[in-house]
Amino acid sequence: MTVANLAALDGMRALTCPEPEREIGGVYIGDLLSWVMGRAKADDAWITIMTNINVVAVAALADTACIVLAEGVAPEQAVLDTAGAKGVNILQCGRPIYETALLLHENL
Amino acid sequence: MNEPLTFQYAVDGDNFTSAGQASVQVKKVLRRLGLDPETIRRVSIAMYEGEINMVIHAGGGEAEVRIYEDSIEIVLRDSGPGIADIDQAMQEGFSTAPDNIRSLGFGAGMGLPNMKRYTDSMQIESTVGVGTTITMRVDL
Ligand SMILES: Nc1ncnc2c1ncn2[C@@H]1O[C@H](COP(=O)(O)OP(=O)(O)OP(=O)(O)O)[C@@H](O)[C@H]1O
Ligand SMILES: [Mg+2]
Repeated sequence: MTVANLAALDGMRALTCPEPEREIGGVYIGDLLSWVMGRAKADDAWITIMTNINVVAVAALADTACIVLAEGVAPEQAVLDTAGAKGVNILQCGRPIYETALLLHENL
Repeated sequence: MNEPLTFQYAVDGDNFTSAGQASVQVKKVLRRLGLDPETIRRVSIAMYEGEINMVIHAGGGEAEVRIYEDSIEIVLRDSGPGIADIDQAMQEGFSTAPDNIRSLGFGAGMGLPNMKRYTDSMQIESTVGVGTTITMRVDL
């Protein structure tokens, strides 16, 4: 499934999607950034509720396919602008983290 | 032997929002050189963890990256407070990060262990009150 396919699912919304054709290889869930860098794999969809600017750098350097913000949390516009410029996809899901993960599980 | 391709960066200690810029630059350079994605990922993460540590724990510093034929070397140098007990600092979960930093998602005490995991060798030299120098190498 590509990031664009994921963004099109009911309940998902693309906040910025500069690399829509990226393939999603798996899923990692976490809010502690060093855990994410240590455990997430390249091409994972990363589910989190962290929205500060540092998540963009982490996603770029860890080479995840996209960030999925669960619980309907939203970053500031400046974060979205930076993500867009750095090629980092950010989606938003209004559901709780567990349901967000299930949605991915059912569609991967 | 050929001289290594060398890049130097100043790491700003006050600017948290731009923290990670040196690592992002290095990632771009490695991409342009056509290195494989997994190597780029290992170097990028190890350097970013070290860069963030300099910002959070040492008030900034400087980073140097040397690209040799068969390896990449990353040297991170700061004049911060130093690390009193390196074995303790290397343990997963050990962190002295303050609350405002933790609220950003840092402070899990996983940065130094990640740097070790993603590199082929890592050396820490640190003197309390003088500063810390970390040298990492990734073999190509
Ligand atoms: N450059 C440095 N100067 C001084 N102390 C440091 C430096 N780097 C690390 N430390 C000390 O070592 C501890 C462990 O570092 P480590 O990177 O593993 O965790 P952290 O930075 O606290 O949290 P995380 O990296 O998971 O966000 C730090 O909390 C700090 O006390
Ligand atoms: Mg750290």
